[in-house]
Amino acid sequence: MIEVDGLTVRFGGVVPLDAMTLTLSGGTCGLIGPNGAGKTTFFNVLSGFVKPVAGAVHAFGDDLLAMADYRRARWGLRRTFQTEEAIADLSVFDNVLLVRENTEGGRATQRQDVLDAVDFVGLEPEANRLVGTLGAAQRRLVEVARAVVGRPRVVLLDEPAAGLPDDETEHLGRLIRRIPEEVEAQVVLVDHDMSLVSACCETTAVLDFGKLIASGTTADVLRDEHVIRAYLGTEEEV
Amino acid sequence: MRASDEEPALVAAPLASPLSGGEAVAPTAIRALRPKSGLVRVLVSVAALAFVAFGLPGMLDRFWLQIVTSVVIYSIVTLGLGLLIGRAGMVSLCQFLLLAIGAWVALRLHYATSLPFPVLVLIAGVVTGVIGALIGLPALRLSGLYLALITLMAAGAITVVLRIAQFPNGGGGFFGNSAAGGASSRLSRPAIATGDTAYYRYCVAVAVLMFLLALWHVRGKPGRAWAALRQSQATAVAAGVNVTLYRLWAFALASFMAGVAGGLLAAASGGVNINQFPVQNSILLLAVVLMGGVYSLGGAIVAALLLRLLPALLDDWGVSTELLTILFGVGILQVLLTAPGGLVDQVPKDLANLGRRLRKLVGLSGPRRAGDEAPPP
Repeated sequence: MIEVDGLTVRFGGVVPLDAMTLTLSGGTCGLIGPNGAGKTTFFNVLSGFVKPVAGAVHAFGDDLLAMADYRRARWGLRRTFQTEEAIADLSVFDNVLLVRENTEGGRATQRQDVLDAVDFVGLEPEANRLVGTLGAAQRRLVEVARAVVGRPRVVLLDEPAAGLPDDETEHLGRLIRRIPEEVEAQVVLVDHDMSLVSACCETTAVLDFGKLIASGTTADVLRDEHVIRAYLGTEEEV
Repeated sequence: MRASDEEPALVAAPLASPLSGGEAVAPTAIRALRPKSGLVRVLVSVAALAFVAFGLPGMLDRFWLQIVTSVVIYSIVTLGLGLLIGRAGMVSLCQFLLLAIGAWVALRLHYATSLPFPVLVLIAGVVTGVIGALIGLPALRLSGLYLALITLMAAGAITVVLRIAQFPNGGGGFFGNSAAGGASSRLSRPAIATGDTAYYRYCVAVAVLMFLLALWHVRGKPGRAWAALRQSQATAVAAGVNVTLYRLWAFALASFMAGVAGGLLAAASGGVNINQFPVQNSILLLAVVLMGGVYSLGGAIVAALLLRLLPALLDDWGVSTELLTILFGVGILQVLLTAPGGLVDQVPKDLANLGRRLRKLVGLSGPRRAGDEAPPP
């Protein structure tokens, strides 16, 4: 459960988030909107990369914005990046280990936790390969493995399917659907692929010019007139 | 050999921005040369080390023994700077002066206390490490050229302090000053290593410890954190890495090594004097470290050979050591443009290429892999 209250971000004269108030709860929530709507800025505020000028974010009752940026990972915040950021110089195993050793959990279960996360995304055969030698789809999976290791509470996925072919996107969708139940984390999914959003998210919120223009169950939101006009363009895409 | 998609990116990892080589080089050839099994590699290393410690001194006269001793000591400094540049992705131009700080602290403690030699060296390392971390503070905000400039200025500042304090000076007590203080001071060697050969072995042992310390860092949690930082600060923070801590720790570690090397240098033949530490040597140090190669620990040894052995060899052959400035200039150009892995990475690769060409020439072309035939740059 993430409660966002009056969140405003300003870069000079640009206001990517304008008094955004929103509650994300239960399982997987979609966050959609046209380019520049403020989706990634919202994620960057949650990660601590961008400081808002006003507003508050509470996640499971904790004041997220009061924590130092790197401590949010230990609290249980995970994210993937729009341009995938799996660490090229490290093996798949070490990529996941990096997150695990800097977050919650004792050393005793460390190795097993990492293997479980690698197994979760189906990269076990590649565990010892350098990420730099993997293809785009597998790197995306490494990012997901990094996001589910070490008892996460909130997992932010920023266009995880960008640039992936349809069958890889479907595989990714199946993984994302398993996260809330198996990892027990709240997932927030940003993507332009409406079939992925509909397949994964029970509820969806729509941003446009930094403001929330609709939210509700995914099916309802995707039928909303304002949403179709602002973003989707044609009904056929739904 | 040009970059292809499936190569490990270690070699292509970005240097601090103004030094960026920009181009990735496939390490397939070097991997083919490396022993497959880790055990074999360890055995080869141990054998090489045994030769260096026990075989080599017998083959050298006093002068060359001093030279290789200083190669060993300086390899600890280049190791630290190589870690800082290649692993943590930051640059420092004050490591050479931190070597002087290490020597100074060890000497002053020697005048002031009766602590045993290993403790002196350890304290020299720790004190220098703390000073290095303080100098590294700007690295939290600055990078590349500006960080280089700040650290170079710090090097200049250290020189001023050392001149005012009449480094190394033999007065009593930690801050003691003797009007009759000689130009050069030497630390007493440990009882087990008073002779030149024994002291050389002592230095080798300390260097081995430092290389193991470096290896432990690179393979462990700090190495993974640095790899994340090198790629992007955002991805490191998102993984829960305390960026401030690991940046400063990299500076502290590199400076600790410089300090330990300084302690060893203070007890080497001839001791230390202030003229040994001109500021411009910091730039020379950076040059040899880049040429040796910052992405593997072996590069530190190559760098130390370039820094200490090459000038002595040129001198011995009657060639002016001024030539080094030109040689190093060309070498740096080569590294930045075509061989970011440095000599330690490039030479085996070039040899492998040469071998393949020779085999082809005599018509014995072995099994070839795609992409191996790209001409060397």
